[in-house]
Amino acid sequence: MKKEATRTLRAFAIELAIYALLVVAYFFLVLHFLGQSLYQLELRHRYAYASVAILLMMGQAVLLQNVTTLLLRFIRRRAG
Amino acid sequence: MFFPISGAHISPIYLVIVGFVIGILGGFFGVGGSFIAGPALRVVGLDWNFAVGTDLAHIVGKSVVAVRQHRAFGNVDLKLGLIMALGTIAGAEAGAQLIQMLKRAGNVNLVVSIVSIVVYCSISGFMIWETRKTLMSQKGRSRRGAVQGQMSKKDHSAFGPVTQAIQRLRILPMVALPTSGIKAISLWTILLVAFVGGFFSGFLGGGAGYIRMPSMVYILGIPTHLAVGTDLFEIIISASYGTFTHAVKGNVDILIALVMHTGAAIGAQIGAICTQYFAGPKIRLAFVPLPLIGAAIVIYTLLTGHKL
Repeated sequence: MKKEATRTLRAFAIELAIYALLVVAYFFLVLHFLGQSLYQLELRHRYAYASVAILLMMGQAVLLQNVTTLLLRFIRRRAG
Repeated sequence: MFFPISGAHISPIYLVIVGFVIGILGGFFGVGGSFIAGPALRVVGLDWNFAVGTDLAHIVGKSVVAVRQHRAFGNVDLKLGLIMALGTIAGAEAGAQLIQMLKRAGNVNLVVSIVSIVVYCSISGFMIWETRKTLMSQKGRSRRGAVQGQMSKKDHSAFGPVTQAIQRLRILPMVALPTSGIKAISLWTILLVAFVGGFFSGFLGGGAGYIRMPSMVYILGIPTHLAVGTDLFEIIISASYGTFTHAVKGNVDILIALVMHTGAAIGAQIGAICTQYFAGPKIRLAFVPLPLIGAAIVIYTLLTGHKL
């Protein structure tokens, strides 16, 4: 039981570390480039910006969840 | 990190941590967490209008993650969520209209503050009473050997007789909610509960999950795990509507919301998974401090004049 808990915690810590690295890369690659275009869109086309904002949020939610699920599966399989 | 839309400089690490904490609360309790996110964004200098709009956008993403997780556990009643979304949107509009009326009368801050303190404290007080009574009666039953074995999603509630009486009301049309284990309940009861939740959302701000989740359990008789999952599903619809209207008014910095959400995505999954390890009354008991935190924040702003 204790061994199982330690394994789960270790897998979770590894997942968090890899996730943090991916998120940092995501900040610099995606958000940095998206920033200016979204700013321009917000200034000029508010309705389009509102729709894009919701789609981006939902898209990121699905993407990140899939990434975390895959990560967790991969780490658990490796941990045995 | 500079966010050009709101013109704010905020540390992304701070945003990720705030998102993570709110994500855990949302996944576990089915609340949006605005009572934490709003003040947390205000503290780093974001204007109030941006704090409200951006928080709503972030709630959409966080709820999508938590709902997908809850759905995998069978905790989402899609039919109920869709019906409730209608009542919530109508209620939110009514709440916002009342705010406008009070604004014109010039006493909006005092009225909203007093109402919110009363509402928050009443919810917490009622839930303490109900969960204590339920847990004590469950202890008595298990001592007599009546209830043993695996943890079940079928909740027992000390408020059960009142809930059953509400379910017996025959105001047509009646709807069946097989996912929630309800054979027939008046459509108007569901819409009224959603309307009240939406009304407080428009009146007090945020997603008002602190009102809707308990209402679903005590008035509609939805099991707690399903109430959490369904509330989150319903929040996706109402928060998307709120995000759209706020974005059109120029109150949403989607880049801040996206950064916050990177923390919330993982927090919401952890919160949703945690619900599987707790029985309904224990989740409800753990929920009690949340409205009290909201009340404390309002009392602080009333006494000091600082808006958190």
